[in-house]
Amino acid sequence: MSKQILSPLPGTFYSKPSPDQPAFKAVGDTVAVGDVIGLIEVMKSFHEVVAEEAGTLVAFIAEDEEPVMAGQLLIELA
Amino acid sequence: MAIKKLLIANRGEIAVRIIRAAQELGIATVQVHSAADADSLAVKMADEAVLIGPPIASKSYLNIANILKAAAETGADAVHPGYGFLAENADFADAVEAAGLIWVGPKGDAIRVMGDKVAARVAAEAAGVPVVPGSDGRIDDPVHARNIALAIGFPVMIKAAAGGGGRGIRIAYDMEEFDRLMPQASAEAKAAFGDGGLYMEKVIERARHIEVQILGDGTNVIHCFERECSLQRRRQKVWEEAPSAALPQAMREKLCASAVALAKAVNYRGAGTLEYLYDDASGHFFFIEMNTRIQVEHPVTEMITGIDLVREMLRIAGGEPLRYTQDQVRLTGHAIEVRICAEDPALGFKPGPGTITSLKVPGGPGVRFDTLLYQGYTVPPFYDSLLGKLIVWDETRAMAITRMTRALGELEVGGLPTTKPLHQALARDAGVQAGQFHTRWLEPWLEQNADKLGEEIKAP
Repeated sequence: MSKQILSPLPGTFYSKPSPDQPAFKAVGDTVAVGDVIGLIEVMKSFHEVVAEEAGTLVAFIAEDEEPVMAGQLLIELA
Repeated sequence: MAIKKLLIANRGEIAVRIIRAAQELGIATVQVHSAADADSLAVKMADEAVLIGPPIASKSYLNIANILKAAAETGADAVHPGYGFLAENADFADAVEAAGLIWVGPKGDAIRVMGDKVAARVAAEAAGVPVVPGSDGRIDDPVHARNIALAIGFPVMIKAAAGGGGRGIRIAYDMEEFDRLMPQASAEAKAAFGDGGLYMEKVIERARHIEVQILGDGTNVIHCFERECSLQRRRQKVWEEAPSAALPQAMREKLCASAVALAKAVNYRGAGTLEYLYDDASGHFFFIEMNTRIQVEHPVTEMITGIDLVREMLRIAGGEPLRYTQDQVRLTGHAIEVRICAEDPALGFKPGPGTITSLKVPGGPGVRFDTLLYQGYTVPPFYDSLLGKLIVWDETRAMAITRMTRALGELEVGGLPTTKPLHQALARDAGVQAGQFHTRWLEPWLEQNADKLGEEIKAP
């Protein structure tokens, strides 16, 4: 069964810690509970998105720098 | 040449403020906006609106090509950059002028000089303006750097020449720490700003932040007195006043004269602010930096002088000389501004975007509310949390604080958290009422008074 990581907040999704660094996770990577998989910027403050379940990253549903709503699907795990 | 059609390259409350000034001068307005701001108050108020990109600022409000394209398509002949975003981007200023448009601000070269901390410091010293004791420019030789540290005394601050906004600053309390931090600071500055250049300043403890508003037309410069912005959280101003409660008249005259001298030295054109640290124990002031744009807290200066600073910016940019001589600028009464942000002070200032379900705006004598809000508006999560600025004026500082308490009691913003309870608590604080504070005063106060920041206090 597929597992989903949802955005905890509305804002801008970032898949990288900063523009010139590689993504936190890539498709195919193993994700452990507590791993940071992205950031959400809300009114210039940054919040980490943390995996609550373990799995393998199957797909990014939200792109880097994409505006997202609270509860929106960001990443699918298997 | 007088401006006919102004493009506002900004958003939020300052865009609304600029549109109002333009309307009073009979200037048509073009509001550029991101996809997230299509319903903003500024877009509704402007004569025309142009979409310039997606919500993320790097692709919209910071997108020089799209902004210039919007100016060309609408026939705008001038650009006002507001504050933040591209307001202090010298390349943008140059690009606007290269496109044959009027830039509402100083020349790109003046922005460049004042934007480089070391160059600004050198310019200040040349104009006879006191600077914080430190290195005369960049420090390259480690032995020389150690000698300067010994001469000015610990603690010393190591800063990145290309830094800003509080980034790239380290404090060394002794020589051992200094030797360890210098290479780190240089590497960090290189990584963050692409320039490893450093300079040093003495740490002024318990200083007040006092800044002088100036207006220049490229030839003459006047000051519009000072503002005090010592109440800060994470180097962000929270509560601002004019005049400063701490400045004796003789010191005010000296400080303001030094600001005029420095602005004249760079043939300054437009509105600008020179920021100083003021040590009221010793009575010394030190120039720290110049902001080459309108500032968030400009309304307190407008309230005590009666001068509409944004309107004057537009007149100056349109080629008019200054309309005031220095002796026509009079300081009357006292003004206070508080920043109403979409943050919950009871929850560590957690930001809270959302939809405005109800709105009651304070009024009455001496009260002004500059805001981006209207009932039903949804505050987007993509930009800063400033919802509006509540500004009051009264004859004395004590009366202004009373009026602020009254006005805060009238303000009701439904649907999201705001910093109103913080300002109500500050207005009731004995230290604030006595004007006894400095730039490191507010953060410990917030820890000690965390329990007072949750509940709303009803108006008397």
